[in-house]
Amino acid sequence: MKRTRLNAAHKKLGGKMIEFFGWEMPVEFTGIIEEHLAVRERAGLFDVSHMGEIVISGKQALDLVQYLTPNDAARLAPGKAQYSALTTPEGTFVDDLLVYCLDEEKYLLVVNAANSNKDYEWILSHQEGFDVKVENRSDDYTQLALQGPRALEILKPMTEIDLEEMKSFRFDWGKISGEEVLVSRTGYTGEDGFEIYTLSSQPEKIWEEVLERGTSYNLLPVGLGARDTLRLEAKLMLYGNDINETTTVLEAGLGWLVKFQKGDFLGRELLLKQKEKGITRKLVGFELVDKGIARPHHHVFVEGNEVSEVTSGTYSPYFKKAIGLTYLPLDFTEIGTEFEIEIRDKRKARVVPTPFYKRPEKS
Amino acid sequence: MYPDDFYYSKDHEWAQVKDDTATVGITDFAQKQLGDVVYVELPKVGTTLEFHQSLGVVESVKAVSDIYSPLSGEVIAVNEELNGSPELINEDSHGKGWIIRLKIKDKSETEKLMSAAEYEKFLEGIED
Repeated sequence: MKRTRLNAAHKKLGGKMIEFFGWEMPVEFTGIIEEHLAVRERAGLFDVSHMGEIVISGKQALDLVQYLTPNDAARLAPGKAQYSALTTPEGTFVDDLLVYCLDEEKYLLVVNAANSNKDYEWILSHQEGFDVKVENRSDDYTQLALQGPRALEILKPMTEIDLEEMKSFRFDWGKISGEEVLVSRTGYTGEDGFEIYTLSSQPEKIWEEVLERGTSYNLLPVGLGARDTLRLEAKLMLYGNDINETTTVLEAGLGWLVKFQKGDFLGRELLLKQKEKGITRKLVGFELVDKGIARPHHHVFVEGNEVSEVTSGTYSPYFKKAIGLTYLPLDFTEIGTEFEIEIRDKRKARVVPTPFYKRPEKS
Repeated sequence: MYPDDFYYSKDHEWAQVKDDTATVGITDFAQKQLGDVVYVELPKVGTTLEFHQSLGVVESVKAVSDIYSPLSGEVIAVNEELNGSPELINEDSHGKGWIIRLKIKDKSETEKLMSAAEYEKFLEGIED
């Protein structure tokens, strides 16, 4: 099993370790609910070094990124990042990812842990004819996420980087705990916060200093369990569950990231066709009306007919109820529509607005 | 940790036998494995359970786990408090977090269960 550079630190903190796509990762430290609420109310620190990092550089780096992803990477400039996807010619997902413009000829793609090798191979298989170099740096980077309303206050005194002025989806380079880092105002929790990338051989210096400075804010280390419940409340996609090679970007409700006017990209033709014809199913959020908790793969029925499966489903620690996502035929996607989920027996669920959780505006 | 007067199953249920009734719950080991318990599905009073039949489920944020009846018998009471406070299973799995009470059908089935000392030894085998 692969281990992040913080493996020993997690075990020292008593993290409950599990295998996650070949990585030994903490699923929880003090308890999923407590960790979840710490991020919503104060701050939490995550080790997400299992995430993959692929660097595309060279004269035609932008051209290749533009070809592989539906969002418009030409709108990026050094210091800016965007959410995007690697799309198949069918307009479905190879992966979803963040694209960081390191400079005009260098882009960092942050991809899912489970997909980093697949994505790397995918990019290699499409790089022919482009003057680029593609490197899989997944094992070199440590990635931490500091998330929550107090994240800025905690991190600010640790670095010269002007974090206060850093807007969402912007990033900068600097030092934290004496180590060279890239810090972006991004995350996977629905809260304000930062993601910290470093090639340092001693990333535990950063991990430990954030934990220490966070003590007075009641910051908690957070495992993958709460990472999943946090992202689901914010309706952030989980690859392999909510999106995959059979779901299109439009069906997933991510049409906003498809910029048809930017020129050709993999999947453009089919997505355009689907946009014109209209989608026939859509990813919706639901809550259970009956008792129970819907889990991934539970069967979904409308008017007695099986139509799909739950893609994500859990108990929401913030709302204290069962929530989830599933694809429904378009005619049944209106808010308030009731349908059934087979949780041991069939139970009623209802389509609700998403995201389930939206962080309060700053006062 | 594990009360001496309880019987234990390999599926991590406990049974406290008094005369012909047994109180049933899941063990401290089981609740720790599950993490925060957020939902318990209880059987109806009057349900007849066979030895090792699923009597309901305990769900944590992350996982679902069947609860198997450690003895056969008829359900004479369920812990209604778990509907509103499933966390009792985490807080006091061997006490306030009890799940059902059974009228035991065949007391000799306790021979298939473990004593506290045997269960602790069994856990050592799992945790290694």
